[in-house]
Amino acid sequence: MAGELVSPTPALRGSARRTAALRLLRRRLIQAVPLMLGVVIINFCLIQMAPGSFLELMTAENQVSDPTTIALLRKTYGLDDPVWMQLLKYIWALLHFDFGFSYRQNMPVIQAIWIHLPATVLLMVSSIALAISIGVAAGVVASMKVRTFWDSLVSVAAMFFYAAPSFWLGIMMIVLFSVKLGWLPVGGMMKIGGNGGVLDILHHLILPTLALGLFYAAIYTRVMRSSMLEVAQLDFVRTARAKGLSRNKVTIHHVLRNALLPVVTILGVQMGTVLAGSVVIESVFSWPGVGSLLFDSVSSRNYPVVLGIMVLGSLVVIAANIAVDLIYMWLDPRIEIR
Amino acid sequence: MQRFEFLGRFARNRGAFVGACLILLVALMAAFASVFFPTDPLRIVGLPELWPGEDPEFPLGTDSLGRDILSMIVHGARATLLIGLFASAVATIIGVGVGAIAGFFGGWVDEVAMRAAELFQTIPNLIFVLTIVVILGSTLTNIVIAIGIVSWTPIARMTRAEFLSLRDREFVQACRSMGMSDFRIIVSEILPNALPPVIVLSSLVVAGAILFESAVSFLGLGDPNVASWGRLVGDGRQLIRSSWYICAIPGIAIMITVLCLNLVGDGLNDALNPKLRDR
Repeated sequence: MAGELVSPTPALRGSARRTAALRLLRRRLIQAVPLMLGVVIINFCLIQMAPGSFLELMTAENQVSDPTTIALLRKTYGLDDPVWMQLLKYIWALLHFDFGFSYRQNMPVIQAIWIHLPATVLLMVSSIALAISIGVAAGVVASMKVRTFWDSLVSVAAMFFYAAPSFWLGIMMIVLFSVKLGWLPVGGMMKIGGNGGVLDILHHLILPTLALGLFYAAIYTRVMRSSMLEVAQLDFVRTARAKGLSRNKVTIHHVLRNALLPVVTILGVQMGTVLAGSVVIESVFSWPGVGSLLFDSVSSRNYPVVLGIMVLGSLVVIAANIAVDLIYMWLDPRIEIR
Repeated sequence: MQRFEFLGRFARNRGAFVGACLILLVALMAAFASVFFPTDPLRIVGLPELWPGEDPEFPLGTDSLGRDILSMIVHGARATLLIGLFASAVATIIGVGVGAIAGFFGGWVDEVAMRAAELFQTIPNLIFVLTIVVILGSTLTNIVIAIGIVSWTPIARMTRAEFLSLRDREFVQACRSMGMSDFRIIVSEILPNALPPVIVLSSLVVAGAILFESAVSFLGLGDPNVASWGRLVGDGRQLIRSSWYICAIPGIAIMITVLCLNLVGDGLNDALNPKLRDR
């Protein structure tokens, strides 16, 4: 019912919608190819610009100084090939998920990242969930009570959380909730010697989630508020009110659903920054995720891991954007996505 | 006349006005840092870990080595603001350049430019900055350029949109028929008309750049010769059990500065877009 009121053109239903979604998915996947290629080429340029090849690092670490061995290694790793040949080999290796070997962890880069991935995904998902629920709720409240005390309160809070550096917010929350009050753990993902029970992990998850999520909650609040106010002025809302529906019913069934679209859009755009933000938060809370791995690799100049994280991170962003497009289509069937 | 109207609208927005005043204060503080505190801020001047107010000589206390926190904050303002401004300038130059060319020429040039923008939006921004800093070294120049490289895309999109709407206006057609070169039309005819909204965006990029730099410095990857606010937070991190104020104070400085820049940006936005005035 709400859908019919919203849509000036009849919405696609059932199988037609499914094929449309599949068509969209295929087009997006094809568009993702040049994007990934671009990421890989930027990566390759960065490797080329690095002072000293990884071979020099490797030989230095293993104390190899024999020139014939080095020459042999140069040949094995193809460092004497022309640059374009090296690029092709690099792309070929990445296609097989071969990101190189990390001497520090003594395992392939992809494996090192894989081990740290679940913790980061958990942190990202919980932060985004927190940000969306707070942002949508606060935005709706502010827009329904526009120009009242509540509206101002929400706006001021959003401004503060939008300006506070997340790592600083995290440290301040540690000071308050862990050091002073002793309610929550200082860091880590589970108790030392703990077996990783769900409750224990959730207990450790609260502060990092707040530190990372509140910044995005502030953004979503602002977007949601203005989006609600904008949609509330549209004709179909007046029609719904004229039909005699209550204000609350109209707000929830008609305005909210349409006002969510901009939030979904920026969620997709910001997936990369959420991932990047978790790097800093993981370092504050010693959260054992990809961010900690990245920080460790950055400090030890472990390039292959750093570059691997960058490529996989970009892949995650592309995947998230495709997902967002599909959600978009589900929320608003009118939208023809290019 | 028009200018007065603009200033009036800007001043009527109380938040933006307060923000602008505070930013001015921070800027003055940064400019005259060596007048107020002529000695090196990293010099040990008193007892370690004096709480704010404990010794009137050090109103914001001292850190773990006995350095004056107020002096470090005042000197750090210079580094923080300059990095923010220069990074935003880099982002604006790249963004305006790419956006202007894309919007003016259209066609495949536009297509390539927008795909490039998409590419830089895909790479997780802070990870990219860290990668550049690690590979090319933690110098101030590298950090500024890296932050500029991850921040130019919104400016490019905005500039492109402005150019798209301006490029077929009569005054541009007149210039074309006079035989003016494309370069001159872009730079001296369209650009001045496209700039106002772009400048607003640049002011917001300054705020973002300050947050970026503080995160990089906090992680200990900033330029070792520069004591920016982010680094002060990072330095104080070990002592949160005994002296959490060492961490808290520089963080508050970052927050206030970013908050004020955002307020000014919002105020400029409202002033330049009179349509939104009554919201």
